[in-house]
Formats: sequence, C-alpha cells, structure tokens
Amino acid sequence: MGQDTVIDAADTAWMLTSTALVLLMTLPALALFYGGLVQAKNILSVLVQCTAVAALCSVLWFAFGYSLSYSGDGDWLGNGAAFFLANLARDTVRSGTHIPESVYVMFQMTFAVITPALIIGAYVERIRFAAVLLISALWLLIVYAPVAHWVWGGGWLAKMGVMDFAGGIVVHVTAGVSALVIAWMIAPRHEFPHGIRPPHAPWMVMVGASLLWVGWFGFNAGSAVSSGADAGMAMLATHLSAASATLAWMAIEWIKFGKPSLVGAVTGTIAGLATITPAAGVAGPLGAVLLGAAASCVCYLAVWAVKRVIQVDDALDVLGVHGVGGAMGTLLLPFVSLIGAGGGHLNHAVGAQFQVQAIAVVVVALFSAIATFVITKLADMLVGLRVNLEHETQGLDFATHGETGYHTNR
Amino acid sequence: MKLVVAIIQPHRIDSVRQALTDIGINGLTITEVRGYGRQKGHTEIYRGAEYTISFTPKLKIEVALADDRADDAISAITQAARTGKVGDGKIFVFELLAAQRVRTGETGDDAL
Repeated sequence: MGQDTVIDAADTAWMLTSTALVLLMTLPALALFYGGLVQAKNILSVLVQCTAVAALCSVLWFAFGYSLSYSGDGDWLGNGAAFFLANLARDTVRSGTHIPESVYVMFQMTFAVITPALIIGAYVERIRFAAVLLISALWLLIVYAPVAHWVWGGGWLAKMGVMDFAGGIVVHVTAGVSALVIAWMIAPRHEFPHGIRPPHAPWMVMVGASLLWVGWFGFNAGSAVSSGADAGMAMLATHLSAASATLAWMAIEWIKFGKPSLVGAVTGTIAGLATITPAAGVAGPLGAVLLGAAASCVCYLAVWAVKRVIQVDDALDVLGVHGVGGAMGTLLLPFVSLIGAGGGHLNHAVGAQFQVQAIAVVVVALFSAIATFVITKLADMLVGLRVNLEHETQGLDFATHGETGYHTNR
Repeated sequence: MKLVVAIIQPHRIDSVRQALTDIGINGLTITEVRGYGRQKGHTEIYRGAEYTISFTPKLKIEVALADDRADDAISAITQAARTGKVGDGKIFVFELLAAQRVRTGETGDDAL
C-alpha cells in the first residue's frame, strides 16, 4: 500500500468542502433553478421531487451504489464487497488518493444525488410522484452505477483511457439522454407546444443557477480529488467557461430578439458549466473561454431542435442544455487541451483520444437510452407514469402533495 | 352616488392617485387584474421559445363618489392614465345604490 495509506490534510479539507458544495448544487440550487421554470401551481412538486430524490439516492448509494461503482475493478460493474459500506473503517484511505474513504464515498454520493435529480427537468408538471421515486431508484443502480464504474471505477472505458474529469459522460450524457427518453415516453404536457405557460419566477431560476455556478467549483475542482494544481486550474477553467457562455447566450438573444433575457443568460451559464465539466482537467484559461462560448451556441440550437424539430416535451431542456453540453465538452476535450497555456495532458495522441471519447459518448448514450426505456416501461406498468388531466390542470402541488406554493390574504 | 371603475396601465397608478388627490378625492381601491382589449396580449421569449401572454396585467381602480364629483374624477383619471398607446384602458361608471361607513354607521354621501 505504501503512500496510499497516507491521509493528506489539505486534500481532505478541500474534498470535505467540495462535497458540501456539490450537495448544495442539488439542494437547493437545482431545485430553485427548476422550480422557477415551472408554473406557480407546480413549484412545490419540483422542490419535493429534488428533495426526495436526494434522500433516496443517498440511501441507495450507501446500500448498493458505491459498491457497484467503486469496489473491484471488473470491466462492467463493481462488486458487492462494499454493500452497505460494510467494511468502511474510520481510517481507511481510498486507494489512489490521500483522503479517507468516508470522504470519497460522500463526495461521490453527491454526484449520485444530482444526476438523477437533473432528469427531473424532463418530466415535471405531469408525472406521478411514485414514478419519480421508482425511476430514480432503478436508474441510479442500473444506469448511473455501471457508467460511473466504466469511466471512474476502473471499468472498460477507463482501461481504454477515456477522459471525463468531472462527469460530462457519467453525469450529463447519462442524464440528458435518459431525460429525453422519459420525456418522450411520458408524452408532452397537455398544452404542449403552443399553450405552455412561461416560467413563473425567472428570479428564482437566477438564484438557482448562481448557486449551481458556485457549487460547480466543488464539482469540477473537487474532481481533482486533491487540493493542488489540478484543482486550481479546474476552478479557473470552470469559472471562465461559465462567464463566457453567459455572455454568448445573451448575445444570441440580443441579436435574435432584440432583448437579452435573464432566463437566457443563466441558461447560458449552465450550458457553459456542463460543457467544461469533462474538460476541466485539461483545459487552460483560453480553451475554457472558447469552449464556453461554443457551448451556448450549440446548446441554444439543441434546445430549439428538441422542442420544435423532434417535438419532445423535455420540459426544462435537460438534453439540450446538460446532455448536449456534456457530450460536446467530452468530444472537444482533446482539442481544447491544445489551446493556449495551462492545458493538461491527454492519455493518447489527439486523434486517438478523440476516437476513445467518441466511443464513450455513443456507447453511454445508447446504453442510457435503452436501460431508461426499460426502467420507464416497468415504472409505467407498476405505478403509472402520469397524473390524470384533472390533476395536471389543477397542478401537482395540491393534487399530489396537498400543499399550495403561493397564498395571498391567508 | 356613482362607482367609477377604471382599468389602467399599472405604471400610471401613481399619477392617477396624484390627480385624484389634487381634486380632493381621498380614497380608492385598487386590484391587480389581467385582461385584454384591443391591445390583445403580448409574447414573451424564454430559451428561444415564444409564449403568448393573452391576458395583460392591468390595475383596476374603484372609486365611490358623490354624483357631482363623477365627471371631475373621470377626466382626472383619463388625463393621468393616458399615454396615447393602445392598452391605456377603459373607465366604467355605475349607479351606486348605497354606501355605509363600517366604523360609524354613516350612510350615503357622508360615508364616502
């Protein structure tokens, strides 16, 4: 074991901090980001869904998920040795790092929480709550855990040398593609596409996006799993990509519609963050700025294409913003590493690295789509996917949860 | 007595209030309402998609007046609320059958 058994205080302190930042991305950041985008009558349902998915996936991560992702070095799946974190001693050091395994379990748990929570954006305003829980639970174990193992847990993609610093593939491609599949299977909201109401609280969307922006420092710089140079450059690249993408989305709207909107600006922020995620370990500052600007252009078109061309009601644009951003960053990563100073090293030559990245994106996208199709079918048979039209019209806050988000004169 | 009900652009409320105060009318009730007339609605754009807002936000003002004050009030509101663009609103006048002040029990013009 040798060096593996040494706990580094600075690394551990940064990873504890990062873990808190990544949990903040789900609770409350993503909840507010999504909550502001829905109608007033569904605000609470989105907040409940985010909270419940976070709690459920935490417990499942403890029970099965961590072991399936990070125990053993099989090509396809981890083993059951760490089910229920059975052998997690207080002073165990995670192999290959200098932090306690407890911190590693917890850091990775926050990723396992936010990834199924991202998918919520696809099916809001019409799904049954039982289906949310069932789909999220099955999805965590059947889609997320294997892919995390392939890419980060020593599985077949890791052995091929794929590079995904913080989750362009593991988080954003899986969630984005699965979101599209569920949105397609659950069918559009009944007013789609022309009667859909606009976001009820753009200010809340901005608060959520801003918290996501800050939390993303833990997500990306924390993925260095150390507190040194890699974490520092990852944070810088992350911030610059977000800033440049924000400006780019505003510019697109300003030119196209004459008015730069708040919701547009912060959607750009998230596109820039999702896109730099896989490349945060190899991008230098200039590469990050260029990648961020490109992210907004591509994601803007993707959002439009999902809604208007293939006409799937991925309500809050999970595929268009997260999935496409994550895939784009993963594919462009070999080239971004070459731009300007500060870039990191690839596992292969540029062309070969691109091939590996492309294989990973395609295989993970296909696997996510097929597995999610099966999971969603199963959920449909067991608990049903949709609330009835009366409840959809009334709003899920009262119909499903017996609460109302906004009262006046009460 | 008359009840004057005016639907106006929300951003004109301060000048309407000032104009009514200037002619000695102290007291009115406002409600945030939505509706459409010739202005129809408007569209808003989020993430590149257009949303039709068919009911535009307006303010509804209700003022109860003695019969001889109604014309003054109507012209004050008209002047203060007017921007000259479609969507400036409308004024409706109703006969008011009775009025009573809750605290004192005064009725009729004394209650206004």
